[in-house]
Amino acid sequence: MSARREAQLWWMQRLTAAILALCVFVHLATIIYAVRGGLTAAEILGRTRASVAWAIFYATFVLAAALHGAVGLRTIAAEWLGLRGAAADFVATVIAFALAVTGLRAVVAVVIAP
Amino acid sequence: MTGPHAHVAWWAFLVHRLSGIALALFLPLHFIALGTALQGEAALQDFLRWSEQPLVVLSEWAIVSLLAAHLAGGLRILALEFLPWRGWQKTLAAIGAGFALFAGLVFALAR
Repeated sequence: MSARREAQLWWMQRLTAAILALCVFVHLATIIYAVRGGLTAAEILGRTRASVAWAIFYATFVLAAALHGAVGLRTIAAEWLGLRGAAADFVATVIAFALAVTGLRAVVAVVIAP
Repeated sequence: MTGPHAHVAWWAFLVHRLSGIALALFLPLHFIALGTALQGEAALQDFLRWSEQPLVVLSEWAIVSLLAAHLAGGLRILALEFLPWRGWQKTLAAIGAGFALFAGLVFALAR
């Protein structure tokens, strides 16, 4: 892995962190508001169903989290487990895709829920 | 760097890293749970009813606190790297810990 590639990943981690900071603020505020009086599916889906704004927000949140999580785990694997190189990069890529796919599926679920 | 600042920085680093690992493990479960809505509102409601068990509520409280801690730790890192505030490490870490506890408590009290 080249120094240039490492630098790109470092910047990507900071960029996704800045996006996630905004998303997490909104998410925490929504959680605190939503759990008052108990969570119900009707209440959650009433907010998200057919909402373009929530769909864009959560899709952005999911993609930033998928990249941030995969790059973060790759760093931890290198520093704590000594796992580096092509195999570690492959696993990080698989993690990013898995998080993105399951996350976007969840976004679709709450936006188009029958 | 030595002394109490180094100590605080080490704890901040460890909390950030461990909360990050916990969040990475939690995310797929969170996404799969929300995905039940594809089968309709009733399926999601069944999951939410299951999640009312005390142990699950306790886990939710823990993960929300860890999310708040990871956010606070991340803002601290961004501030240290991009703002000229090196001497403020300890204060920032304290604010981070306080914010995490506050968010966790608000969530716990609201349930």
